[in-house]
Amino acid sequence: MPMMKTLLAATALVAVMAGAAQAKTLVYCSEGSPEGFDPAPYTAGTTFDASSRPIYNRLVQFTKGASTTEPGLAESYEVSEDGLEYTFKLRQGVKFHTTEWFTPTRDFNADDVIFSFERQWKSDHPWYAYSAGITWEYFNSMSMGDLLASIEKVDDYTVKFVLNRPEAPFIANLAMDFASIVSAEYAAQLEAAGTMDLLNSQPVGTGPFQFVNYQQDAVIRYASFDDYWGGVQPIDDLVFAITTDGAVRAQRLQAGECHVMPYPNPADVDMLKADPNLQVMEQEGLNIGFLAYNTQQAPFDNPMVRKALNMAIDKPAIIEAVFGGAAEVAVNPIPPTMWSYNTAIQDDPYDPEAAKAMLAEAGVENLSMKVWAMPVARPYNPDARRMAELIQADFAEVGVTVEIVSMEWAEYLAQSSQVDRDGAVLLGWTGDNGDPDNFLAVLLGCDAVGNANRAQWCNEDFEALIQEAKTISDQAERTALYEQAQVIFKEQAPWATIAHSLVYMPMSTKVTGYVMDPKGTHAFDGVDIAE
Amino acid sequence: MIRFILNRLVLIVPTFIGITIIAFAFVRVLPGDPVLLIAGERGVTAERYQQLMTQFGYDRPLYEQYFSYLFGLFQGDFGTSISTKRPVIRDFLTLFPATVELAVFATLFAVLVGVPAGILAAVKRGSWFDQLTMGTALVGYSMPIFWLGLLLIILFSGVLGWTPVSGRISLTYFFPAVTGFMTIDALLSGQRGAFQSALHHLILPAITLGTIPLAVIARQTRSAMLEVLGDDYVRTARAKGLPPRAVIGQHALRNALIPVVTTIGLQVGVMMAGAILTETIYSWPGIGKWMIDAISRRDYPVVQAGLLLIAMIVMAVNLIIDVLYGLINPRIRHQ
Repeated sequence: MPMMKTLLAATALVAVMAGAAQAKTLVYCSEGSPEGFDPAPYTAGTTFDASSRPIYNRLVQFTKGASTTEPGLAESYEVSEDGLEYTFKLRQGVKFHTTEWFTPTRDFNADDVIFSFERQWKSDHPWYAYSAGITWEYFNSMSMGDLLASIEKVDDYTVKFVLNRPEAPFIANLAMDFASIVSAEYAAQLEAAGTMDLLNSQPVGTGPFQFVNYQQDAVIRYASFDDYWGGVQPIDDLVFAITTDGAVRAQRLQAGECHVMPYPNPADVDMLKADPNLQVMEQEGLNIGFLAYNTQQAPFDNPMVRKALNMAIDKPAIIEAVFGGAAEVAVNPIPPTMWSYNTAIQDDPYDPEAAKAMLAEAGVENLSMKVWAMPVARPYNPDARRMAELIQADFAEVGVTVEIVSMEWAEYLAQSSQVDRDGAVLLGWTGDNGDPDNFLAVLLGCDAVGNANRAQWCNEDFEALIQEAKTISDQAERTALYEQAQVIFKEQAPWATIAHSLVYMPMSTKVTGYVMDPKGTHAFDGVDIAE
Repeated sequence: MIRFILNRLVLIVPTFIGITIIAFAFVRVLPGDPVLLIAGERGVTAERYQQLMTQFGYDRPLYEQYFSYLFGLFQGDFGTSISTKRPVIRDFLTLFPATVELAVFATLFAVLVGVPAGILAAVKRGSWFDQLTMGTALVGYSMPIFWLGLLLIILFSGVLGWTPVSGRISLTYFFPAVTGFMTIDALLSGQRGAFQSALHHLILPAITLGTIPLAVIARQTRSAMLEVLGDDYVRTARAKGLPPRAVIGQHALRNALIPVVTTIGLQVGVMMAGAILTETIYSWPGIGKWMIDAISRRDYPVVQAGLLLIAMIVMAVNLIIDVLYGLINPRIRHQ
């Protein structure tokens, strides 16, 4: 193309070469600013991409591209017979980052593990409120405080977690970002200097990249950590160029200003796919978009009515119109990328005639109902308003009148969770830890009625299965239980499962080794860029 | 003159108090609870909700919250962001120079192009130049900033490759932020090509942000000039035999500039608002983008402080304009 562009590129190249000798830099156009660099107080994926993924490690880690876990800072662990004690053998010889503001005098050991968790747990811990307004969001919402009885240091490289009750998803929780391991030595240094806030803005970890600099809302710079226990990275420098608008991100990618970008606008995907210098990866997200009936409100307390309404929905049409084709019809409440997904279950067929007949049989006539539509775009539903309109038309075909209701997002979340909510609500969920419990118990468990369980559904048999599965550590046994639970779910139909959205990841063809993560985080360890 | 300035300054105090009340009330009137927004689809138990509300101080009666807020303000404490947990004033001071830099260049663009265009359009009234200029001004004024910005990027960065897409400077440059103004810091760093890169990155954002003010200034200049050119003293000057350039430059322009200067001052306020959209498109890390993010997160302290600080700046700019106005027009200051 234009000479100017070549001139620009040449000038930039000269500038780079004038500096370092051919340093390999990967530029990622991220979609937003991180809230901070200590991952534990926050919940946003954008923050985790910038903090826990590059800078830190966890005791166990998610296998790349999957929702199962593998050893991280802990080489191995044992679970006691009663499922209450988890003893971790820590990896030896793991180094923390040496930076301008900190030089470690020792390797990673049990003290760091204990510090990382106790600071979020004990309200009398000096670091519990180390900065004004710090709250440990995930630690609390995963109920770690209730679950943990104690964390004990057995020796420098062995730590024992004692639980109050058996909970198999505990291991998956330890792979989550809030469970990242921070340096107790660095924390002690900051505490002595009276500058504890710096833990959040000048971070130190054991991860593949170390933090160099953050220009607020603009650029984050990392350098490859030479002593990383997982092996030195193929690239030398990692740069996050914060670009909040999706269309502009696409332009930057095409212009070569960045090498990788997340969340393209659906309208841009075809254009990016057609570009010979780019490759567009895709994967089903670990998410589900659904329509939750209020199973405590007549006539939706009758499973036959719910099944009939499910059969009235034309899902492929919704996928086309709302997702632009970038989604898959959802059959089960968990996505196909999740282990224990029951492939034997059949979806409710789209059959308006049969639906009408079923409604008549259930004694329902001239039904009029509300459908709640979200005002914001979410990963599992980019346009709930549109989806509600399609459902309204579908239901009209079977003689059901729908009134679409919407309100401001925070209000929506608050009101839709009420037990006496009038109507069915469109909502969804993205998995936190790759464990089926994180979907089935959080969204459909009896405890969650009046909160995250928007179908207000409490089914004895289903509940028994998921509670039992929580207590067993053997994955094969848990799989069998979850598969059965999915059968009950399909029969009872507290939701109409609509779609699992596809996630696209456009990048330059020069980038190799990038693996998409179903949970939607973006990690650059192991990624290389060809010159 | 001194009394004139003092008069203006005294008015600032009640204005300031009024703005604090508005800023405080505005965020709380918005539907949407910050705690629930942090929790998201996950939801939060009743007791955790209460815990968080107490922690943020939102369970106290409104008047108590207001006075605690006001008291903090006088000590320079503008509050702590709910999402980043950092003092609001620190974020503001880090990001503010970027917005100022953008606004300065946008104003330069708007004034340096708009005023001469308006003058020429007035002098050549009715000509093709006049029609063209005013037509272009109307189009510029009517175009949504967001759309204009994207169009410029697609044309000049995407198709032609003449300008970079977004950001303040090429990513290959990395130097400490001394003043926060990328152009100045680039010069101070001494790195080859840094200053040019900073200017290069300013072109499209300045044009995008400055287009509406440019249109307004051009039209205003033209109508002010036309009015003045029809006045008796201008006819006298011409009759005296003065060359056209002297008539326009020395006699007409100075009087015509009075309303134009006021317009420029008002446009600064408009630019603060327009900066929000421009900053979002060009990934320009300024306070506009910061405010938008804070509003959608119901980050009360940031929105309050942001509203207050921006209002103070607009007040300050208008005070300066009033003083300038007094300087240009002796009749005002001797009132």
